Amino acid sequence: MIETLISSIAPAWAIAHAAPLLVVVPMMMATVLVFIPSGRLAWLLSIVSTLASTLFALILLGLVQLDARAGYDLLVQGIDTNLIEPGIVSYALGGWVPPVGIEFRVDALNAFILLLVTLVGFLAAVFSWPTVNAEIRTEKHNLFYAAYLVCFTGLTGVAITGDAFNLFVFLEISSIATYVLVALGATRDRRALPSAFNYLIMGTIGATFYVIGVGFLYAATGTLNMAGMAEQLPDLLDSRTVQAGFAFIIVGLGLKAAMWPLHQWLPGAYAYAPSFVTTFLAATATKVALYALIRFLFSVFSPEFAFETASFEFIFMPLGIAAMVMCSFQAVFQTDVRRTLAYSSVAQVGYMLLGVAIATAAGLSAGLFHLVNHALMKGGLFMAVAGIVITYQGTRISDFAGLGRSAPWTMTAFAICGLSLIGVPLTAGFQSKVALLAASLDKGWWWAAAIIVFSSVLAVIYVGRILEHVFFRPPANPRKLRKEAPVVLLVPLWIMAGANIWIGIDPSFVFGLVQDGALVVFGPGGGPL
Amino acid sequence: MFELFLTHGNYWIIFALMMTGLYITFAATNLIKRLVGLSVFQTSVFLFYITLSKVYGGTAPILIGDDIGKKGHGGSTDAHDAAQAVGGAGESGAYEAAGTTLQNVYSNPLPHVLILTAIVVGVATLAVGLAIIVRIREAYGTIEFDEVHSIDIEVSIAEGSDDAAAAGAAR
Repeated sequence: MIETLISSIAPAWAIAHAAPLLVVVPMMMATVLVFIPSGRLAWLLSIVSTLASTLFALILLGLVQLDARAGYDLLVQGIDTNLIEPGIVSYALGGWVPPVGIEFRVDALNAFILLLVTLVGFLAAVFSWPTVNAEIRTEKHNLFYAAYLVCFTGLTGVAITGDAFNLFVFLEISSIATYVLVALGATRDRRALPSAFNYLIMGTIGATFYVIGVGFLYAATGTLNMAGMAEQLPDLLDSRTVQAGFAFIIVGLGLKAAMWPLHQWLPGAYAYAPSFVTTFLAATATKVALYALIRFLFSVFSPEFAFETASFEFIFMPLGIAAMVMCSFQAVFQTDVRRTLAYSSVAQVGYMLLGVAIATAAGLSAGLFHLVNHALMKGGLFMAVAGIVITYQGTRISDFAGLGRSAPWTMTAFAICGLSLIGVPLTAGFQSKVALLAASLDKGWWWAAAIIVFSSVLAVIYVGRILEHVFFRPPANPRKLRKEAPVVLLVPLWIMAGANIWIGIDPSFVFGLVQDGALVVFGPGGGPL
Repeated sequence: MFELFLTHGNYWIIFALMMTGLYITFAATNLIKRLVGLSVFQTSVFLFYITLSKVYGGTAPILIGDDIGKKGHGGSTDAHDAAQAVGGAGESGAYEAAGTTLQNVYSNPLPHVLILTAIVVGVATLAVGLAIIVRIREAYGTIEFDEVHSIDIEVSIAEGSDDAAAAGAAR
């Protein structure tokens, strides 16, 4: 379906250069925005450039889904697809051929991650104007959007690159922009500043650990290209250098992905950042870091390596389960809606890590499926909270009392995403949790399945507390007027909520994408789905 | 044991710097000291990469003597040669790669370039960190982390609500 669309509509230059343009367009636009005095124009331009990235991501998704014959047809028409084999787009930056030069490599695994990040980035950019207008000082609007686009560039870059060191550079591009964005929450609450500083310290340590790991791998293999490393590593399994590199990379990327207990930066950063930043980060930042982790675990290293199998059983599975239980409990005891949702995010990362730790194609695709769904539900939840912050200021749970009557549209979407977070049937969360349950039962981890259910019960409590205040309590301040969030905000919010229901009813499209992604890294012999 | 120490001198220095930096980052309460610790930590990684790139007996990676003019086809193969040179370091003076033989031994130039990038990243992080510290000082009047923390807790308790106290206790 997508592929015919691509070959008939997309111009040849867009197909040939989709991979670099996806990253470069927002990056260039960010520098332009610095010189644009008008905040509104900056907003429109950032919508345009994120939309352009989304279209390029669609083209890439279409390209990796082309079968061999369709790819050949495109070549005959004189269109350079950069497909080195069916399903793998490899773009040599600057014409330097991959083992030496930097490569942008897209396969079924990162094609849908790219689409997720760009799509969420686009929706977030659309909804941002009223909340940025309310929370950021006017003279800083263009700089704010410039920082946002830099962050967006970094995240897409991490997802698209095939070079281990280049991944570090993009990781830091996005992180440094994120520290700035989080600190900008200081106009509303000064606690944003210590949170941003904390995030800076933790994030930099994580990135530096990653660089040390890459250094070890480079010393052992002599290449920085991920595919090149993957070719050489099976011969170097007994090398301490490789094993140390593995450990450093896991810790570094785990920190960025908020793997329990390395998540301490996350609640503060999410709770005090400007609403728009929280929305964007919650839906993309940890997801991209988790993608990088999966890329290293399954593409560069291989789940057959003895030390990696051990890490699944003794590191990822226990830490994932600990996150699911501990952070769900912490979420129950929070009094601030955004902190509740932030702790819940760490718990959800636990689900994804459990899917990774199962280390079968079914488990990985369940984890990836939850990754996509969680981006959609948390994006929706934080958008709704952003709408409430504009009109009613407070974000404590008691501030939400009675909002079901004064802002029904906003809060209904909030409720849909909240139910999806619990995993109620007919929502996206249900589908991915069922997939995860099935995968862990297949593996014989019945207790993991039991803990998934237990953690979902905790989610009923913390989401239920908020919803109870929203719908069944009288308003805290009866003089509050009936006031919805602005329409620009409601439309992306309802797209998110609608996506949650759509995936809940018909998961085949998204689940097909993540299954393709899981199969790519496991290869044809990856076991049954 | 002593020999191991002497032959890996660089690595021991890297270890020492790395642990010192990490310790300062975690133990210091002064925010600027924490940033300094972070910088020391990052610097140890720069040293680590530079040490990796040294080929025993190799000179600076600029073609000299008979090697000049041998490579007509651009710098890309140079980098590749160098990568291979590290892989097979210490076997003989001449390295076979891409069909040409180099007379001299060269160190690997690639890690230097990587570290130039990493230094830029480190400087940017330091700048953002210092800027945030300036703002913290404006907002709280102190740059001691534990004082900032206790101010936050006092404020949230003073705001009166019982749930704020619970939030303080939950930390």
